Amino acid sequence: MEREVLLEVKDLEVTFGERKKKFQAVKKVNFKIYKGETFGLVGESGSGKTTIGRAIMRIVPSAGGEILYKGDKINGTISPVLDQKVIKEIQMIFQDPQASLNERAKVDYIISEGLLNIEKGIREADRKARVEQALLDVGLLPEFSSRFPHEFSGGQRQRIGIARALIMNPEFIIADEPISALDVSIRAQVLNLLSDMQKKRQITYLFIAHDLSVMRFITDRIAVIHKGRIVEMAETEELITHAIHPYTRALLSAIPMPDPRHEREKKLLVYEPEMHDYSVDTPDWVEMRPDHFVLANQKEVGEWKNG
Amino acid sequence: MPDKNIPEKMLTVEDLEIKFELRGKTLNAIRGISLDLYKGEILAIVGESGSGKSVFTKSFMGLLDQNGKVTAGKVMYYGADDGMPMELTALKREKEWYKIRGHEIAMIMQDPMTSLNPLKTIGVQIMEAVLLHQNLTRAEAKEKTLKYLEDVGISHPERRFYQYPHEFSGGMRQRVVIAIAIACAPQILICDEPTTALDVTIQAQILDLLKALRHKYKLSIILITHDLGVVANIADRVAVMYAGDIVEIGTSEDIFYDPRHPYTWALLSSLPQVGVKGTDLFSIPGTPPNLFSEIKGDAFAPRNSRALKIDFLETPPYFQVSPTHKAKTWLLDPRAPKVEPPPVVEKIRNGGLM
Repeated sequence: MEREVLLEVKDLEVTFGERKKKFQAVKKVNFKIYKGETFGLVGESGSGKTTIGRAIMRIVPSAGGEILYKGDKINGTISPVLDQKVIKEIQMIFQDPQASLNERAKVDYIISEGLLNIEKGIREADRKARVEQALLDVGLLPEFSSRFPHEFSGGQRQRIGIARALIMNPEFIIADEPISALDVSIRAQVLNLLSDMQKKRQITYLFIAHDLSVMRFITDRIAVIHKGRIVEMAETEELITHAIHPYTRALLSAIPMPDPRHEREKKLLVYEPEMHDYSVDTPDWVEMRPDHFVLANQKEVGEWKNG
Repeated sequence: MPDKNIPEKMLTVEDLEIKFELRGKTLNAIRGISLDLYKGEILAIVGESGSGKSVFTKSFMGLLDQNGKVTAGKVMYYGADDGMPMELTALKREKEWYKIRGHEIAMIMQDPMTSLNPLKTIGVQIMEAVLLHQNLTRAEAKEKTLKYLEDVGISHPERRFYQYPHEFSGGMRQRVVIAIAIACAPQILICDEPTTALDVTIQAQILDLLKALRHKYKLSIILITHDLGVVANIADRVAVMYAGDIVEIGTSEDIFYDPRHPYTWALLSSLPQVGVKGTDLFSIPGTPPNLFSEIKGDAFAPRNSRALKIDFLETPPYFQVSPTHKAKTWLLDPRAPKVEPPPVVEKIRNGGLM
């Protein structure tokens, strides 16, 4: 069955700085996100995972490659009509609910700001109704709309951030570490809310995180990114049970498990990028198992195949 | 003659109560906690934000805010150089606290960037602690500083000595903070969410480092965290805190394989590590109780769907489950109906994760 591709990233490159100080944050990244799935991007700080999310949002310009949304190129210069469409259909949820809400605006305005920009001339009654519905959708009360962000707890603020994205009726949401700043018990609530929204509205997610245990729970497919390069990509269970790339294995070994016996016997794997000798034998994107891709050179393919 | 089998106590807390005065109202932050810390152990204190875990440990160092007071109970410290027990809660003046802070009890905070001075090289910052707490010349202190840097896993200490905090990554900065704490030569190290701001891989390395340092420097460590998932690796004992009280305490094995309090069950069930894909993750309904008002009965009862009638009426005492394990829940009363723990507990006990 051919699945509909919602977003395709082709040879994406993002660089910061100029000339001598140039830093390549994202190097020739390729992936496809299918409609209705949750695609995970895992890596540690500085790996470029957030930059990819921002490039898709067009917050940072891309230096090369293409980003195709429903087949249309959305990076670089695009037509105003497409621009409006992309703004409406792709929304983002940020990591830190303390920093991502305007402290001086009431919740009512925060949630409807996007709406005011896209549906100019929307009737006030309509707008109010939409805000109320959005608040109800994320499990908050409509009367909260007259309050300021500082009156809410971290979990509630993250819900406001989600309501702000949902009110646009997006098809695609980029969630950048949406639960990292939250307490464990609140994490569960936010994760459940996100998957609930997906079931109800067929939203597609790009989920960015550093924690594979959360990823395993919520994503359908995962790409592991290290220093701006995707090193491994597969369906979630496949990736976790048959991790091939040493970096993925290091990430997996670091997941803390609530099991003292297991933890005591655990051997922490540390990934040393120097282990790859790519001077002569350059790495390729290789399908090592069905639908399971790894960045490896010829020698490594041979070694890793045998275990 | 001290018995080898009875672990030596470093710190005891007896019926400690801490109250804060806020806008004319009284907040009952800590509601009668008793706790022992043994020499050389790693004790994890786990609880949600607002459970009082930070306030509790700050009171050991006299770091409560102006409006906070210890209103009942006491904290005794047994690690002093002269071997005399000290009553920490009796200390009044800042000057008296100087003898405790750093040299007896040191603390590591969550965010390494805010605990380091951006204008000083890290070498100077560590050396400052060495000079203050150990009777050494400058040359000896520098020698010692380089050794501490190496001990916390920072390579090329001679070069790193002269670098500033901004030249370090988050994990490396946390190592520097740990080096400063160790340089005070403390008996007790309190780590307040030391890995929350870090990546998973770095988190695992920092926890490993703490484990290694504990043996090397004979430290007793108190580890504060909101994530029950991270403590299985490192903790000898785990105390679960809720609404200013310790509701369950036991060895790691007790807490993970045989938890008894419904709140501990809830915390374990809400971990993504135990979640089953495609189903909802367990989430604890409601919010923690308002500590401005008197709490009646079991503080967790309003959020516990299977609470008993008595949970709303009377505060449960500790029930001893085993010599190392006790919990404050009426479920352990012989008269209580049998309530099965959630399936997650069985799953963890059988090693059914991953």
